[in-house]
Amino acid sequence: MASGIRDKVAILGMGCSKFGERWDSGPDDLMVEAFDEALADAGIERDRIEAAWLGVFFDEQSTGKSALPLSMALRLPNIPTTRVENLCATGTEALRGAVYAVAAGACDIALAMGVEKLKDTGFGGLPERTKGTFEDLYLPSSTAPGAFAQLAVAYAGRHGYAMPDLKRAMAHISCKSHENATRNPKAHLRNRITEQQVLDAPAISYPLGVLDCCGVSDGAACAIVTTPELARSLGKRDLVTLRALQLVPSNGVEMSHKSWDGSHTLTTPLAARRAYAEAGIRDARAELDLIEVHDCFSITELVLMEDLGLSDEGQAPHDVLDGRYDREGRIPCQIDGGLKCFGHPIGATGLRMAYEIYLQLLGRAGARQIKGRGGLGPTLGLTHNLGGIPNRNIASVSIFGLLSA
Amino acid sequence: MSGEVGLLRCGVHVPRLRLARADIAAALSWTTPATRTPPAGTRAICNWDEDSLTLAVEAARRCLEPAAAGAGAGAGAGAGAAGAGGASGTGRAAGAERIALDALAFCSTTAPFADRDDAVLIAAALDLPDTTRTTNASGSLRAGTGDLIARVAEGRDESALLIASDARLTRPGSPQEMSYGDAAAALLLGQPSSAALATLLAAQSIGGDFVDHYRMSGESFDYALEERWARDESLLRLVPRAIEALLAGAGVSAADVRHFAAPAPPAALRKLAEASGLGAAQRDARVLESCGDAGAALPYLLLVAALEAARPGELIVLLGIGQGVDALLVRAERGAQGLDALTRALAAGRQERSYVRYLSHRGLIEVDFGMRAERDQRTAHTVAWRKRDMITAFKGGRCTRCQTVQFPRTRVCVNPDCRATDTQLPHRLADSHGSVKTFTEDWQAYSVRPPYVYGNVQFAEGGNLFMEFTDLEAGELKVGDPVRFVFRIKDEDRARAFRRYFWKATPTLIDPATPAPTEVT
Repeated sequence: MASGIRDKVAILGMGCSKFGERWDSGPDDLMVEAFDEALADAGIERDRIEAAWLGVFFDEQSTGKSALPLSMALRLPNIPTTRVENLCATGTEALRGAVYAVAAGACDIALAMGVEKLKDTGFGGLPERTKGTFEDLYLPSSTAPGAFAQLAVAYAGRHGYAMPDLKRAMAHISCKSHENATRNPKAHLRNRITEQQVLDAPAISYPLGVLDCCGVSDGAACAIVTTPELARSLGKRDLVTLRALQLVPSNGVEMSHKSWDGSHTLTTPLAARRAYAEAGIRDARAELDLIEVHDCFSITELVLMEDLGLSDEGQAPHDVLDGRYDREGRIPCQIDGGLKCFGHPIGATGLRMAYEIYLQLLGRAGARQIKGRGGLGPTLGLTHNLGGIPNRNIASVSIFGLLSA
Repeated sequence: MSGEVGLLRCGVHVPRLRLARADIAAALSWTTPATRTPPAGTRAICNWDEDSLTLAVEAARRCLEPAAAGAGAGAGAGAGAAGAGGASGTGRAAGAERIALDALAFCSTTAPFADRDDAVLIAAALDLPDTTRTTNASGSLRAGTGDLIARVAEGRDESALLIASDARLTRPGSPQEMSYGDAAAALLLGQPSSAALATLLAAQSIGGDFVDHYRMSGESFDYALEERWARDESLLRLVPRAIEALLAGAGVSAADVRHFAAPAPPAALRKLAEASGLGAAQRDARVLESCGDAGAALPYLLLVAALEAARPGELIVLLGIGQGVDALLVRAERGAQGLDALTRALAAGRQERSYVRYLSHRGLIEVDFGMRAERDQRTAHTVAWRKRDMITAFKGGRCTRCQTVQFPRTRVCVNPDCRATDTQLPHRLADSHGSVKTFTEDWQAYSVRPPYVYGNVQFAEGGNLFMEFTDLEAGELKVGDPVRFVFRIKDEDRARAFRRYFWKATPTLIDPATPAPTEVT
């Protein structure tokens, strides 16, 4: 029986670029920006890194294929470098590669880098792309908002919500993330908005308006990981360790089988269950101090509260409106602004979430630092990605814990 | 050699969108002197994803579709001749009740491909055996009647599906823009029988290179001359001659002809009838009034119109006109009683309120749809061939172990409790029905008819597909709405001048012409 990766790997240092419309920067600039911060934080020489993973999704829009863009941008000393891509879970996949390598004992120190340069297309929204030679023959040329908007229609139907009522809960989610991002200097969108502004925003894809959608941003984030023992020997006292890293891809049921009703994701509950077990979490609602979930759209975040087991089925709109996931709520969600406002450079997103949890657990989150349960400081955080679309996706759930000296 | 041919079934498809001629006139009022009365009626226009080929597929489906068992008479816009030629309707509930066709012909002056067998594509979409003989007739407005003439002349009463379809582009402001319309009709021919819809008794053809209108290969629009000249100098000379010869050959007196089905404007039609001794014969005005002149399809539509009006035994003279005259003598049989294929198709219209949107759909103005429209729509033809029965015939798979229906058909069953390998048999979904599980109206996605509407459809027999919806307006679709499936243009590859097709879901509640869904076992 495998023992999982719980507490076998610690984060030695992390870095994250400013997210946003980085007209002045290419993917190499963004990677260097994130890496410089992480390396200084780790307090090691660059050449002590023994292996590296690069996550980038739209390679055709920016870096091109392979892991070479990372190796070359950072002038890494010809160490093994691997490119990974798993839709919006790409950043977490890069982290998983590095963490697994250290946990396996294949190397002592590994680098995970995620980057995305989206704003070189010349138009708003995500770039256009083919879905595959066969899929293009029958699947709709859907967009991300269009594919996720379906959740709202199905959710409202299944749980008997009138769309205006559901939209109000969705609006609260967007406002909350905007509010949180005002405290985050690296966030893409830092303006406050009102629920009425969300409801009045131009339609993107029924029932989503433009303020139900996350930012399309450029950015990079990275982590340097090692063993807890080595981290301590390098002078680190409080350590943020990986408690769980779970990945659950669809196998086609949502796309082709009648059993899925379209109102939630099939993958996230599975990933959450496995991650809670790997991390030794018995009651996620009571134990988690904060969460960073894949709020690509307001409805996604709402549905995920149930899929992660944090809200009862059909109750997420009430919990959201009650402020349960607000900054001062029971389980702060997207304390850094989330995909909605920190931004969503796809390949970097999973690592950006880890970055925020890392800062919060170490008490280094500045103006947006949360106090945690009982004011003792947060000790347990969760990140979640949902790559793809509800009809076929990749869910990842990672748990990070504070291992005090 | 010549001999009688039976007309066993017919099917009509008029695209749902209708443009009011008054709206055309209003949009172009600045080009003409003011008139007191706006022009009457509507013309049928293709949606952006329809062309003569998709119209033909739909007309053929309505023709071949057996009368729905237990769903009452006239449940479909197609009408079956019970008992004729082995075509007795057993209902869709029986599944693959199939008519063995010897031949299929696609007759059109607006076939999408100049070199690619459109008829083979239509046969594949209809899931006909690949041994069905296919031909494509084009080149004149007699494309549809030409095949009929040949069959009667040769006494060839094999089982043949003839589909005439046209969707002609018209220059904005031209008389043709007012008078033309898009439509298709399909006729199933076979052995004559009193239970059939009709019997084709005799045929006569006269040619004459009279250039009243023409369109050279590769050109978009017809060039048409004064109608009065065509009427007086050509039609009034050729038509009476052809009809006289037709009736003489059949030993029939003009006074015995009760219906005159001829593709000509009302005023010319009356003169032609009088000059041919058919002044007392009944003439249909509905097709031109609410659909318009559907080119090669018009004679077929007029034949169906005459059959709807005819009592058993009544005689019809049917004409095809285009650089000559095709004349056919047709006798209505008792199978035509209760026929309403045309009436239902004409009634199913919805008005297109935007003349500009119509122009855009036909490519007559270039609207800027943004950079997303630059998306590469290249077709991997190797894949399209490998997957042809899924894409063209819309066949998913049915697992022989757990009976789960799924699309696409794959090596391993999608049922999480089964996952057996290589157990799936092809299962056609095109003639099934389903319901809306989820949907969106996407204003960001590229669509030439925004919003782009798509979502999850659950098939009646199980299985789910994330697919496109068509023939609806924003705000109309609801979760749970019943849908049927139609063969439509999926994408235009402008870089390589290629058009690809797939099936889309369309709500049955919105279209009164669509058959009520029957249970699929």
